Amino acid sequence: MIKKKPDIRPSEITSLENYINRRDFIRAGAIAGGSLLTPAALAAVVPDSRRATLPDVGSSQFSTDETPNSYDDITTYNNFYEFGTGKDDPVVYAREFKPRPWTISVEGHAEKTGTFDFEDFIKPFDLEERIYRMRCVEAWSMVIPWVGISLAEVVKYLQPTSKAKYVAFETLNDPAQMPGVRRRVLDWPYREGLTIAEATNPLPILAVGIYGEVIPNQNGAPIRLVVPWKYGFKGIKSIVKIRFTERQPKCSWNMSQPREYGFYANVNPNVDHPRWSQARERRIGAGIFADKQPTLMFNGYGDQVAQLYKGLDLRRNF
Amino acid sequence: MKTVQQVRLIWKPAVFAACLLPFALVVGDLFEITGRLGANPVEEIMDRFGNWSLRFILLTLAVTPVRRISGWNWLARFRRMLGLFTFFYVLMHFLTWLVLDQGLLLPAIIEDIAKRPFITIGFMALVLLTALAATSTAAVRRRMGRRWQTLHNAVYLIGFLGVWHYWWQVKKDITEPLLYALILAALLAHRLWWRFRQPK
Repeated sequence: MIKKKPDIRPSEITSLENYINRRDFIRAGAIAGGSLLTPAALAAVVPDSRRATLPDVGSSQFSTDETPNSYDDITTYNNFYEFGTGKDDPVVYAREFKPRPWTISVEGHAEKTGTFDFEDFIKPFDLEERIYRMRCVEAWSMVIPWVGISLAEVVKYLQPTSKAKYVAFETLNDPAQMPGVRRRVLDWPYREGLTIAEATNPLPILAVGIYGEVIPNQNGAPIRLVVPWKYGFKGIKSIVKIRFTERQPKCSWNMSQPREYGFYANVNPNVDHPRWSQARERRIGAGIFADKQPTLMFNGYGDQVAQLYKGLDLRRNF
Repeated sequence: MKTVQQVRLIWKPAVFAACLLPFALVVGDLFEITGRLGANPVEEIMDRFGNWSLRFILLTLAVTPVRRISGWNWLARFRRMLGLFTFFYVLMHFLTWLVLDQGLLLPAIIEDIAKRPFITIGFMALVLLTALAATSTAAVRRRMGRRWQTLHNAVYLIGFLGVWHYWWQVKKDITEPLLYALILAALLAHRLWWRFRQPK
């Protein structure tokens, strides 16, 4: 017999941790080697034109194999109150919105603060497709093929100091471009936040694309947060500010109705919204006679995130 | 002036057809003939029937004030039809929720009616409206005598419950329920003003 049974499986050679951090490894190697040539695949580039194809998009082990929703469903049924409170408002009223040029200001307890051009902000990272379930607090859900950069890598890159316990985000507040902010439906600008532990978990991404293309305005162009185990409203859109804070940051929906929307907002079928049940969800695109499906704890991402909340009473910290 | 014949043969069928339009449009959009229902058709159908329920109850309640102000007494002949269309759209709204949204899942339905106040309120409105619809024929009206009017005064309570149901269901932007509430309040105010204006 020539065929020899391999006595080491590939997974034993590369640990999962090293696999996940392989880009760091490569980058560290490149720096150690004193190479001035940065490999192209390591620089995230987002073309400045609508629906342009994103170059060099990697895949991810975190992607679900569920069938993604249609491009139409994902881009015409949106909650983006800056462009109106109706689900079909953003696709109409965000049409003239200009997502480029764009700057992001980084503030607070971090080594690297200041104002970054969008292009420079994303350049150190690489683009990955992440096909995630998205569960809205209104009890509907979708599967969305995002393209983005890992938030954990961004946070690491910005080097938060030991004082940084939370990361706060803010959306652009521009009445000239966003008709929805001319009315005080929420206390603008839209604000959201995560704990540092949540932000450095491998799941959250800053998304810049959908279906391999530049993200449409109504979905939060040019850059928005995606945290798949939390209700959709945590996924703050069109981000202009990132701040590292010591105290829990204020979050828009929590400020607006604290009894109904918590800071954590983890998907949890056992804790109902005061006005409706969270036990089941309607999968968009399933057809009008499809039953609702049971909602999963942490939206089915418990293996990756449940340890973040050990010892925390999720009924009180909803 | 409209003659009885004109009202019966032309105007009633025309108004009947117009009242059916929102329903026809839902069916047309469902099959993508007249338009589309969007990414979440169940929610869209439920919202449209709910909205038309409120519009129809306000239309029904507007008949008497408009008749008094304009002197168009023939309007009274459409009041029952509008009231019954209110019931029709409320029933469609309820059935959409029961069958398409809840999938006839009894435990979930009972839990929602018992535990979610905005659903409890909507359900109460439906029960009351069913009583009004069941007693809407001329024969029953004659048989009930004075009690008929007492029962049918509940239409204001139903309108109030309906608007409250909508208000409570809305996540944040209360513009539309507020608009319905203002119209309902104006109609009720006119009714009260009329009553106390009349000499004994």
